[in-house]
Amino acid sequence: MDIQVRVWRQSSSEDDGRMVTYDVTDISPDASFLEMLDVLNEKLILDGDDPVAFDHDCREGICGMCSMVIDGVAHGPERATTTCQLHMRHFKDGDVIDVEPWRAAAFPVIKDLVVDRSAFDKIIQAGGYITAPTGAAPEAHATPVPKKDADLAFEAATCIGCGACVAACPNGSAMLFTAAKVAHLGLMPQGQPERDSRVIDMLQAQDDAGFGGCTNAGECTTVCPKGIPLTLIGRLNSDYRKALRNR
Amino acid sequence: MALKILMAVTGIMLVLFLYLHMIGNLKIFFGETTFDHYAHWLRTIGEPLLPEQWYLWIQRGGLTIAIVGHIWAATVLARRARRARPVKYAHRPKVQGSYAARTMRWGGVIILLFVIYHILDLTTLTLNPNGQQGKVYANVVADFAPARWYVTLFYALAIVAIGFHLRHGLWSAFRTLGQQKPRGERIARATALVLSLILVVGYLSVPFAVLTGLVG
Repeated sequence: MDIQVRVWRQSSSEDDGRMVTYDVTDISPDASFLEMLDVLNEKLILDGDDPVAFDHDCREGICGMCSMVIDGVAHGPERATTTCQLHMRHFKDGDVIDVEPWRAAAFPVIKDLVVDRSAFDKIIQAGGYITAPTGAAPEAHATPVPKKDADLAFEAATCIGCGACVAACPNGSAMLFTAAKVAHLGLMPQGQPERDSRVIDMLQAQDDAGFGGCTNAGECTTVCPKGIPLTLIGRLNSDYRKALRNR
Repeated sequence: MALKILMAVTGIMLVLFLYLHMIGNLKIFFGETTFDHYAHWLRTIGEPLLPEQWYLWIQRGGLTIAIVGHIWAATVLARRARRARPVKYAHRPKVQGSYAARTMRWGGVIILLFVIYHILDLTTLTLNPNGQQGKVYANVVADFAPARWYVTLFYALAIVAIGFHLRHGLWSAFRTLGQQKPRGERIARATALVLSLILVVGYLSVPFAVLTGLVG
């Protein structure tokens, strides 16, 4: 299939950046979106041009690196799918596809489609951990966890930290990410000692990083490749109020 | 976060007021004497503990604080959201959230303008065509006279705007205050919708009744 892509090109964080149109021809419908970009880049390199920089790693939907907004939707038109798992068969021959980086003050563009997501690391550093003695792994049944809590915690823990929630949010808010991290540790017995300080510190780190506030628009959960539910934000809010009272 | 709790709490206070106000409005269907008497009673609440009109002014003060707090928090949060995305998307399809969620900020501004007009119209009576203190029934009837259809239209649009604002606002407030279960989610959505609908119908019934001659 033959398509056109309009890609955001920005040589560095100082550059203003612009959309540039490229023709990509003879693409297999079974190619992934990233493979299509690989084909484009090979052509650009052969032509002596600068290839399009984009983040990618595992290419099997679990690492959260492939960050791009395709036709205005983070990770493209397929629900619960990362860009690397998005296939060209979901587009039509002759389509013009817009590809942009995550847009957020907290995620500055490094080059083209690559953004700096270390703001997420700062949020994790602020409280996304538990205190546990190091050494050999503890016996798995030493601390019983109710099945319901384990399932909920696991659902939250599937967050791969890709940042699509921020990219989609009309306010550039990171609430779904922070909520997932706070819930996945806060639901487990091992996460209780730091439960209060975790939610307060992680929210503080989130605000300090320059993310916006949540207005419950629900865009985040729609584009989330792991389907993290919006209800976790309610859990975060509830934890936050309890933490303030306990302080 | 504290700003959002402030928004939720002040918002719920204002909704409570809207409900009391609506119940008062509906007294117009019991006739002129009842309605004017109710309006007079509002000025005497708290007597003899409080002098006449004191309660009214306490309530007005409380409402003003709630409105100012609500708008202040909304402005700070909106500015923060704007700063959080300095470069806009070149391609941005219509937001997938509801119409109500998308129009919270401009809807809020429209509601504020309406509230200012509404006070000038029916409290200070500056803009009221009848404008007689204490003749509440006659003032309302004169207000929604068929010849002044544009006033009625503006009133109706503002009420619908409030309905949309509350449908997302109430649901969002429940979330801010910690609603987090999938079942609670459905209940919160339904509650927000029903409470907003009751308000819209209740408030629209008055101009509708005047227009159709049911009241007048």
